[in-house]
Amino acid sequence: MDLNYSPEEKAFQLEVREFLKENYPKDIQEKVAKGIALKKEDYVRWQKILAAKDGWVAPGWPAEYGGPGWTPVQKYIFDEECGAANCLRTVAFGLVMLAPVLMKFGTAEQREKYLGDILNSDVWWCQGYSEPNSGSDLASLQTKAEKQGDHYIVNGSKTWTTHGHYADMMFTLVRTSQEDRKKKGISFLLIDMNAPGVTTTPIVTIDGMHVVNQIFLENVKVPVENLVGKEGDGWTIAKSLLMHERTYIAQVPRSKRQITRLKELASKERYNGKPLIEDDAFKAKISAVEIELMALEMTNMRVLSKLSSGDAPGSESSLLKVKGTEVQQAITALLMEAVGYFGMPYVKESMTDGWQEEPIGPEEASVLAPHYFDWRKSSIYGGSNEIQKNIMAKAVLGL
Amino acid sequence: MNLEFSEEMVMLQDSMLKFLQNEYDFETRQSLSRTGIGYSEENWQNFAEMGLLGIPFEEDFGGFGFGQTGLIVVMEAIGKGLVVEPYLASVVLGGLLIQRAGSADQKEAILPALIAGELKLAFAYVERQSRYNLTDVEFTAEKKADQYCLSGSKSVVFNAETADKIIVSARTSGDNFTQQGISLFIVDKDTAGLTSRDYETVDGLRASELSFDNVMVEQSALVGELDNAFSDIEYVIDAAAAATCAEGVGVVTELRDKTVEYLKTRKQFDQPIGNFQVLQHRCVDMFMTEEQMRSLSYLAAIKVTEGDGVERTKSVSAAKVYLGDARSIVGEQAAQLHGGIGVTDELDVAHYVKRLAMINALFGDRDYHLQRFSQV
Repeated sequence: MDLNYSPEEKAFQLEVREFLKENYPKDIQEKVAKGIALKKEDYVRWQKILAAKDGWVAPGWPAEYGGPGWTPVQKYIFDEECGAANCLRTVAFGLVMLAPVLMKFGTAEQREKYLGDILNSDVWWCQGYSEPNSGSDLASLQTKAEKQGDHYIVNGSKTWTTHGHYADMMFTLVRTSQEDRKKKGISFLLIDMNAPGVTTTPIVTIDGMHVVNQIFLENVKVPVENLVGKEGDGWTIAKSLLMHERTYIAQVPRSKRQITRLKELASKERYNGKPLIEDDAFKAKISAVEIELMALEMTNMRVLSKLSSGDAPGSESSLLKVKGTEVQQAITALLMEAVGYFGMPYVKESMTDGWQEEPIGPEEASVLAPHYFDWRKSSIYGGSNEIQKNIMAKAVLGL
Repeated sequence: MNLEFSEEMVMLQDSMLKFLQNEYDFETRQSLSRTGIGYSEENWQNFAEMGLLGIPFEEDFGGFGFGQTGLIVVMEAIGKGLVVEPYLASVVLGGLLIQRAGSADQKEAILPALIAGELKLAFAYVERQSRYNLTDVEFTAEKKADQYCLSGSKSVVFNAETADKIIVSARTSGDNFTQQGISLFIVDKDTAGLTSRDYETVDGLRASELSFDNVMVEQSALVGELDNAFSDIEYVIDAAAAATCAEGVGVVTELRDKTVEYLKTRKQFDQPIGNFQVLQHRCVDMFMTEEQMRSLSYLAAIKVTEGDGVERTKSVSAAKVYLGDARSIVGEQAAQLHGGIGVTDELDVAHYVKRLAMINALFGDRDYHLQRFSQV
């Protein structure tokens, strides 16, 4: 039992570290560090740099599709180094979610048509799962796809669509049959966001920002070759998609970086004539989160170690999701608390690119309250934490 | 990177679990705990034959050389079986202290006999006023000609009643609350002037209050360097705390398992109460705590093996904080979800709950370790 990397893994770690140092654009790094909103072009620029380096943009992809074909440990190291270097997280929808689905369930034509553009970030994908009346009970979804000749006619609405306003394509769950049990009538369909009948409406979230959208689909014509798998396979595909990349779901490297940021901030802020970080009560709160994170990191490694020795993955992803998001949220709360009164001024422009004015109070303080509010989403999305507990109760405990 | 147990360790684990299954049901444990010396000497000899007493020790002295990570396997099983034999007191505290600080002669004289089950140790380090502070040592050892004169009292010394030798911490110089000036001595239990008041603990183990009334010992009784025993004491308390966290994982695993099973069989409102979501989620909280504790227990064992330093302090304290949290998340909830039966003496659950509550205080409670974690 040991936690050390092999000499090969250590060499790999160095290679990644060097590469990021040389090639990760400084302007993007600064935005990520300050918590400023990122633009589509930032993502695309960084993803293209990674893609050009032997497919590093797609750590989970096998070499035959242009990925680096890494081991689980290599993927973990890469993720760790990216976290430490404050790297922009790549957009998961195409690279992490859809691509493995196409590899497993797609036709040769679909793989040929879509994978290359995903790898090169030439096509931006979004996810069409949730609907206004189907959240935790996703299988109750009502968006209908009726087959008419060589097309489906799609009607309905999808919501909480992250970066839907950037997207060229959307993978969706739609209902192709009303008669079957509700899960059985669901199919997995790829929809062109520029097709007539697709409307994207912004949803402004609690932090005042626009990232998510509601999508309306009115008589949208979708060619039958855009169906992935068979009609009625949608639920199986959706479940398999959720199982992917389970060791990254906890976002441990990002949280480690955020703890460092919190400690830096608490060292600069003063309270009772001393740095805030020397305040016993505040220090104890930081420690409690650090301990959760240590446990989570080790749990993550145990899952990884099991995967590396060839074990089939279990339902650990639910545990990682719940604990990971709890830690993320606790850190955002402490970051906000660290600046005290200066969490209050609302300077919306400071959250976007190019704001040059004098900050009110500590530098970067103005983004901390909005971030705290924004991160409430993490225990809601991806299957709410309560749904994760239902899953664990059933799958792990047999209740 | 590899977090799996070696084949040998898995085999040891299997044989220990089989032993518990066949020879150590709850009723047996209760009758052992409540009569005579509080455990079975026959079981202790079985442990010796199974090789369990040699797990953490170097092969030179007849041990297995599995170190601290090897202890995880035994201690988890000890937690699962609520084992009352003095493994923690004798092997972990006493044995590891001798292995770390003892002279070649002391190791040679003690470790092989300990591993063979012929000799037992206890470590006396707690004092009436000391709480968890290892530098608070009022017990004195004074040099008189060629001998040391030990005087003072030690509290809650586990399994001192049946130990052949007691290792005791004493102040040989310096002011109280300083690390410098603390030394260790090993004393035969039957030495003149050493008296003990033995008692049962709430969780069914045995401990003693020891009183040393001018006990004279030879220079050869000194363990480790004069005045410089603090780092050895801190090490062994960390090692024992890490081992206790592994025991806690075993306790928590049983509590979670028993609670889930109970929820599947207990019917109210015409259905198993496990159908109710509010109870399901509590069981999931217990499960998540169990897994996170297991992770921290592994991490602590690995860092104790790697040696002294900040990483050891942090990982042991982190594991101990989590163990403290488990007292309520797992212990109190297990009793709660069992309802009335969960607070009866008859059901094993109550005894797991008690052990989990008592080991929070052992080697420093949650608050102590949270503070220790945040100070490094």
